[in-house]
Amino acid sequence: MAAPRISRKTIGFGVLFSVFLLLCLLVNPSDANWLWRLPPLLKDLPFIINDTVQNLLFEWMPIEVYDPTIDDYETKPLFREVTRAISSTLLLIIDAVREVMLGGVKTIVAFTDWNFINENPWLRWPALPWTVITGWAILLGYRLQGTGLAALAAFSMVYVSVFGQWEPSMQTLSFVLVAAPVSVVLGLGLGIWAFRNRAVEAALNPLLNVAQTMPHYSYLVPVIVLFGVGDHAAAIATIIFATPPMVRLTLLGLKNVPAEVVEAGIMNGCGRFQLLFRVLVPTAKRDVLIGVNQVVMQCLAMTVIASFIGAQGLGSNLMIALNSLKVGTGIEIGLCIVLIAVVLDRMSLAWAHKQTDYFADLSFFERHRLVIMLVAILVAGCLLAWAGSFIFEEGRNYLYIVPHNKGITTAPFWQAAVDWTWDTFFFTLKGFNEFLITKVLFPMRDLYLGMPVIATFVLMMGTAFLLDGVKSALIVGVFLLFIAFSEYWDRALITAYMASFSVMVAAVVGLVVGTLCAQNRLATRVALLVCDFLQTFPSFIYLIPVIMLFGITDTSVIIASVVYAMVPATRYTVEGLRSVPEVIQEAGTMSGVSRMQRLVQIEFPLAFPHIMLGLNQTVIFGLFMVIIGAFIGTTDLGQLILGAISDPRGTGIGLTLGLCVAFIGLAVDQIIRTWAERRKKELDLG
Amino acid sequence: MSRNIKGGIAGIVSAAVLAIAGTASADSNEPIKIPIKNWSSQIVMAHVIGGIFESIGATVEYVPVDNQASFEAVRVGDIHILHEVWQSTMQNAYYSAMEKGGLIDAGTHDAETLEEMGVPNWVVDQGLCPGLPSWEALKDCYANFATPDSGGKGRWLEGPQSWHGDIMPNRLKGLGLDDTWVVKFAGAADALWAELEAAKKEGRGTVIFNWTPNFTDAEGFTFIEFPPYYDGCRIVDGGDVSTTGCGSPTGWLKKGAHYKLPKTHPQAYTVFSKLTFNTPQIGSMAALVDLDKMTHEDAAAKWLADNEDVWKPWTESVLGESN
Repeated sequence: MAAPRISRKTIGFGVLFSVFLLLCLLVNPSDANWLWRLPPLLKDLPFIINDTVQNLLFEWMPIEVYDPTIDDYETKPLFREVTRAISSTLLLIIDAVREVMLGGVKTIVAFTDWNFINENPWLRWPALPWTVITGWAILLGYRLQGTGLAALAAFSMVYVSVFGQWEPSMQTLSFVLVAAPVSVVLGLGLGIWAFRNRAVEAALNPLLNVAQTMPHYSYLVPVIVLFGVGDHAAAIATIIFATPPMVRLTLLGLKNVPAEVVEAGIMNGCGRFQLLFRVLVPTAKRDVLIGVNQVVMQCLAMTVIASFIGAQGLGSNLMIALNSLKVGTGIEIGLCIVLIAVVLDRMSLAWAHKQTDYFADLSFFERHRLVIMLVAILVAGCLLAWAGSFIFEEGRNYLYIVPHNKGITTAPFWQAAVDWTWDTFFFTLKGFNEFLITKVLFPMRDLYLGMPVIATFVLMMGTAFLLDGVKSALIVGVFLLFIAFSEYWDRALITAYMASFSVMVAAVVGLVVGTLCAQNRLATRVALLVCDFLQTFPSFIYLIPVIMLFGITDTSVIIASVVYAMVPATRYTVEGLRSVPEVIQEAGTMSGVSRMQRLVQIEFPLAFPHIMLGLNQTVIFGLFMVIIGAFIGTTDLGQLILGAISDPRGTGIGLTLGLCVAFIGLAVDQIIRTWAERRKKELDLG
Repeated sequence: MSRNIKGGIAGIVSAAVLAIAGTASADSNEPIKIPIKNWSSQIVMAHVIGGIFESIGATVEYVPVDNQASFEAVRVGDIHILHEVWQSTMQNAYYSAMEKGGLIDAGTHDAETLEEMGVPNWVVDQGLCPGLPSWEALKDCYANFATPDSGGKGRWLEGPQSWHGDIMPNRLKGLGLDDTWVVKFAGAADALWAELEAAKKEGRGTVIFNWTPNFTDAEGFTFIEFPPYYDGCRIVDGGDVSTTGCGSPTGWLKKGAHYKLPKTHPQAYTVFSKLTFNTPQIGSMAALVDLDKMTHEDAAAKWLADNEDVWKPWTESVLGESN
């Protein structure tokens, strides 16, 4: 049964490639030839988008707003007033969380006003001494999991404060403590909704892809106008970026809940709500928690980009350090970001795991003891800080808040490490770089650019047709048509060349490394930790040594992209293989299959949904980083998006370019996803 | 939508806005928001200006923001001032924000800036291109500046395309150097510095876009001397390929403000429009950070303490008024 179908598909692909090659050879490369390049019919689209957006941002439904500071009425568009109201609420929360940790007046101002504060200068919320927050983190870690987590918390908090990054770290933390829970709740809600309603799922998927692939700086200007500059705007951009993986994993987890479990729930008389929150979500917990992990990671991965629109804290300090080439300081700050991410992630996971067996024997006394200990730490820390005010000079009380950049610094050490890397590897790498560029990358780029537009369509739509059918082919065609009718087809081909090269490398490496690491419990933990590190350690830092080693070339961009895209490929492979129940593995072993057979015949098929989600995320991450590569220096869509920001009509150009990038992602995702779903049905997993 | 509903919404919204009714002459107590961008002199100057504002009793707040995004932010009023607008890289964004409304010109610094292609001093010392700084020297030495992706030509490393568009490729054509040189656009300033550092370690030649005052001044940087700039030599100003060989003009360094600032903070605005720094002053601000390794805040405090005779006069008229 299976054999003839496969061979028909093989023939199909054979025909497809022959047609593709023929078209490549036969079509005459001239701009007048429509088979070579389509005319830019959508040339005016950026300007239409621009006018529409400008209208929405500045003119649509104007209302008169009285501004007492200038004693006059101003005309403001209603839409912006609404979005500003949302963002100022968000800002209020972020400021409140921040001022609990670092002190300040803004929360008090929110309930009074600046005049009142200026007349009463004593009215200032005090900061928590760093010893208190550190003590609390250690206690919490201990209570949630034990000495391991307590030690991790202690190490991280002490690292952050000893190196004089306490203030920016707490600024970043307060921002994440707001953005992450919002993303988790939003993602869980959307995931459940999509699970209950197929139409929602179908509509949500492209939206999630767009949210993840649309480059941030393509909508930087509208976000600034609508939400302002500051932590609130940055939080909104972060939420847009961090929510999609949560939705996807919630959905994946719920779909994998066995029908028997649901039936058992129904038989026990669960209501709709009970079934959802007492049966489905707890059963899908494993995947939901990977989602939480991803939210935390993505929130911190965004710290640097968030600083472009006003997020205070580590991200903005990092960019300042890197702009005067202080790589050592950059690494130090980058490690702070990673540590915060890991601690938050481990704590949230421990908390989620704890809760289930926690309610059973929670005595009143126990809860009391925790509160007493927290208060004791607070009192002790405050006393220490008070004592410190006698020891240290004004403004440098090391027992209260370690002043920014006044701690110990390891920057010279990291700088030396960077120098060593240079001295050791540069000349070997130089040859490699030259080979890669002249023999691999540039020929590949020229091949992509040498494709007639008709050939690209035939290849992509044909693949979609062979894998899934007419509908898929048409969807892919529409996405490509948008790009082909815009002025940016050639630029998009360059993006596609870099993205496809890095995705292929990343997927292969990730799959192999993930499979190997999943065989061993310790290796699994190490692999996941490395993933966390690579996902949150800001790429801008290692880009500097990469640029120094490989120059401002495509190689640097591709290295950054491979490193980042490898993360989901590895992570989801590991998680997928580890999620195969041991019972099934044992059953396989007992039936006498070898290790290799078990892997290929049992574990891979069962891990297939996870691996496919991993592939989807690999494409998205790869594309994302290629676009960020504009900051190194590329000639693709990303560079145009950067350039559009200073253009008077740049909003429209930026959004159009952003859509082009998103549509590349959507077209590839359409092919991968439909193919995966078909395979899943064939494997009888669906 | 009827007029009444509109009025109603307006009423609700304005009631929701926390109203501070300042008197006409005194400054509002709301903080003045000063942008923090990502290069040293800008950040130190932000804190210097913040310190000056505080000396006349104003409250200030520092907001980190991307340079390109700041022009939109100042228009809408999310930041209140721009204190370092460089002509050649930012005038497009500056004037387009002004045209759209919301940004006003708040005067020009004394400092004259130079933004031009150049080479680090060791390139001259090692004789990689004899005859520099005259541009004519570039005709013969291009091979020393080739990179793997430049196809045998010498590489000009220009800043991001958003800074000057196609001026550099056009200049190469105008000078007749486009057969031997090719322009590569770097993505950001830190990519330029990484290239500078790498070239230094390897001891190879590099031609990059740079400006002064900048932290690279400390290590020594030679700007190439091109045929002088004149109005209309560039294509955007009506020139053609035969005239685009001109160099960069010495540029202005401007200030800008949100249009409401003169009304909400008349005193601070007066001080801000009087305030002006010259090249050595800006250089000394950057040097405190880049060479003396101080933090930006400390550098600003030190600069204010050392230069009271420079900035106190700007505040005198304002302080006299209110006292």
